[in-house]
Amino acid sequence: MSDGRINLKLKIWKQSGPNFPGSFADFEVQVSPDASFLEMLDELNNDLESKGLEPVAFESDCREGICGTCGLVINGQPHGPIPKIATCQLHMRNFKDEDTIWVEPFRAKAFPVVKDLIVKRSAFDKIMYAGGFVSVNTGGVPDANAILIPKEKAAESFDAAACIGCGACVAACKNASAMLFVSAKVSQFALLPQGQPERYERVQKMVKVMDDLGFGSCTNTYACEAECPKGISVRNIARMNRDYFVAKVKSANLEVEV
Amino acid sequence: MATILNAKIPEGNISEKWTNHKFNMKLINPANKRKYQIIVVGTGLAGASAAASLGELGYNVSAFTYHDSARRAHSIAAQGGINAAKNYQNDGDSVYRLFYDTVKGGDYRSREANVYRLAEVSGNIMDQCVAQGVPFAREYGGLLDNRSFGGAQVSRTFYAKGQTGQQLLLGAYSALSRQVGKEKVKLHTHKEMLELVVVDGIAKGIITRDLLTGEIESHSAHAVILATGGYANVYFLSTNAMNCNTTAIWRAHKKGALFANPCFTQIHPTCLPVHGEGQSKLTLMSESLRNDGRVWVSKIKKDMREPNDIPEEERDYYLERKYPSFGNLSPRDISSRSAKEVVDDGRGVKGGEAVYLDFRDAINRLGKNAIEEKYGNLFEIYETITGDNPYNMPMKIYPAPHYTMGGLWVDYNLMSTIPGLFVLGEANFSDHGANRLGASALMQGLADGYFVIPYTIGNYLASDKPELIPADHDQFKKDKSGIEDLTKKLISINGKHTVDELHKKLGRIMWNKVGMARNEKRLNEAIDEIRNLREEFWKNVKVVGSAEGLNQTLERAGRVADYLELGELMAYDALERKESCGGHFREEYQTEDGEALRDDQNYSYVSAWEFKELGKWEHHKEPLEFEYVKLATRSYK
Repeated sequence: MSDGRINLKLKIWKQSGPNFPGSFADFEVQVSPDASFLEMLDELNNDLESKGLEPVAFESDCREGICGTCGLVINGQPHGPIPKIATCQLHMRNFKDEDTIWVEPFRAKAFPVVKDLIVKRSAFDKIMYAGGFVSVNTGGVPDANAILIPKEKAAESFDAAACIGCGACVAACKNASAMLFVSAKVSQFALLPQGQPERYERVQKMVKVMDDLGFGSCTNTYACEAECPKGISVRNIARMNRDYFVAKVKSANLEVEV
Repeated sequence: MATILNAKIPEGNISEKWTNHKFNMKLINPANKRKYQIIVVGTGLAGASAAASLGELGYNVSAFTYHDSARRAHSIAAQGGINAAKNYQNDGDSVYRLFYDTVKGGDYRSREANVYRLAEVSGNIMDQCVAQGVPFAREYGGLLDNRSFGGAQVSRTFYAKGQTGQQLLLGAYSALSRQVGKEKVKLHTHKEMLELVVVDGIAKGIITRDLLTGEIESHSAHAVILATGGYANVYFLSTNAMNCNTTAIWRAHKKGALFANPCFTQIHPTCLPVHGEGQSKLTLMSESLRNDGRVWVSKIKKDMREPNDIPEEERDYYLERKYPSFGNLSPRDISSRSAKEVVDDGRGVKGGEAVYLDFRDAINRLGKNAIEEKYGNLFEIYETITGDNPYNMPMKIYPAPHYTMGGLWVDYNLMSTIPGLFVLGEANFSDHGANRLGASALMQGLADGYFVIPYTIGNYLASDKPELIPADHDQFKKDKSGIEDLTKKLISINGKHTVDELHKKLGRIMWNKVGMARNEKRLNEAIDEIRNLREEFWKNVKVVGSAEGLNQTLERAGRVADYLELGELMAYDALERKESCGGHFREEYQTEDGEALRDDQNYSYVSAWEFKELGKWEHHKEPLEFEYVKLATRSYK
């Protein structure tokens, strides 16, 4: 250590494109414990670039744990060892001098690797396009306070809506299931009066697209909840399953075209 | 002599202007709307709400984002809330009061008619978002809850915990998703706009780079909307997201769109202090914390004691002392400058660049649980980043660049000086004057996107009847090859300095000389230094990799190249404005007790700059008239 900085060995996944094989590459860095994990990667990349070497590709944006852009598997855990934070909120004081850190992309069939640590998560958006909304046009809506919503219902809906769409749930799941992501959006609306008119149609549409896109099924290991940076509850999955079942029972003919 | 800009403000009493204008504007028959192509660049609050609303109306919309998904835009990080003049609290709020507060908060440098319209539609925004299923905070009776924000004495801020921006953006993203599903909006992800295509003086399309394949592409339309956010990353360290940049509006500026009030930047008072050289980004702590937190420093210079060892009588609660009526909820510019003052006086935390934000008294008064319920997630964020627990130890905060009030000049219809080019949200200059009040950015983004542009763009299409130019027109070819050449040039330099090194250097010049306090000497130095740095950039930047495929260094290089031009204009603008107002504080123009000294006689105008050639601009003015809010010294004492 010098000036309180810590020395680390990094084993980072490098892969030049979706159709190329990847492998771990070794790097060494010295970093301030006050730096964030991504600032550590910024410093590494700046060093590589100044030597004319290609930097490690990774995505990030807000660096405040809310945009859901960043997402690395660190020492085997999506978003690293500290619960309920995104990768960008992880700080180097959580590592010790001389530690070796393994850094990988989120891995899932539905999330192909773009380059190094970047994966394509457009499958999540496609599920949203299928039904992740309340069908209201701009204008012509009632006064905001005309819809009364019990405080605890609103809070429960908010907790589901807090999902940042990062994909850690999929990366954590041995089946690469997207049930936590989909059920969070389904629940946000199922808990609110605004979501009732389309409640049963929505759940069927979203689940159908989810299944079509190659996400696995849920086997209730709850790994998704454990790794979710926003602590989205698996109770949302139970709620979605219930709604899906009700939708099927209500009308065998309600199969919707997507 | 400079041209006088025509803001096209409708006639009539301020409360009737928008209503009259909506009636007078031309309409497009519902069946004909599908014949029009509209490009929307950016999918934050303004862009997503505009794209969704225009898609609903029947237009063919192409929306562009450089992110992997429309949901990532930086609007998502807004924490505190959104203002709306609903007067649900029965505390005397009204459209007129929100209008008044916003004009005053902007230090009388905004356009009255625009601000009034913003206040007027603020209620509609809340109605819209609630109908979309945005889960706002509620009272036990099921009604919406409110909190207070800086610069206002009524509670008009609606919120969803400390994640209001996230919930509003996801609402707009939902509405956009619905239109994408219906194929009324074609969403282009991972595509960054690098050029505006102008044919015969009219905006006709854009050139983009696909960030995954490197392909440069042409897109044509009947009208182009830019909703690409602000440029606070010119300071390198800011609360903006890593990818926020000025490129879209800057390149439009170089194609003829005037840039208004570039020096009006907001330095947010409550951010986490800088930890070291390796820092890439600053984190904001919501202004809502100032509802219960008290800001203080020691009365003694270089006081090395731990905060909890400094007794009450040796603490200086400087905001409460200087501004007794607004106290800790004084507006952002005033709070930031006061923090700088005490730090310059050597009274910052242990002599450094930070002040305390203390919850001790609020915890004693309301109990730890009440504070946890209100601010729990913000306290957790603070502890995660700093390792300190704010329940036991005051937070350390310091101002940081956060928002830019300046942007492309637009008229009342939100159209720039290039016909067919509209600019929404933070990317335009229109509503916040020299200082934006808290919880007003979300309001403006959504007002522009949901409730203004759907009307005004129809009027443009119906009155001007613009033609669609094919994307293989000569001008598109010329602009496309221009961008390809620029890309090649950036890669071929292969010099000694990385992009980040050069960006950090620019950031330091901007922060030290075009930051919270400015003077003639330092502004002139800044101009020289920026020019030298720009020269150094084009001689010595090192961009590794190739133009094909994903190259994040190349993306950043293009953005920094634009900042190196914008920074100079910001300094010019600050130099020209020989007065202090809002976020623009010129040390030469202050009152005896150090308050901003505005000069309404000579500077009651919007500065709009026309790009001539690199480092040369022509200055235009839009005079500001205050018919309704009487010009007065802005006092929060």
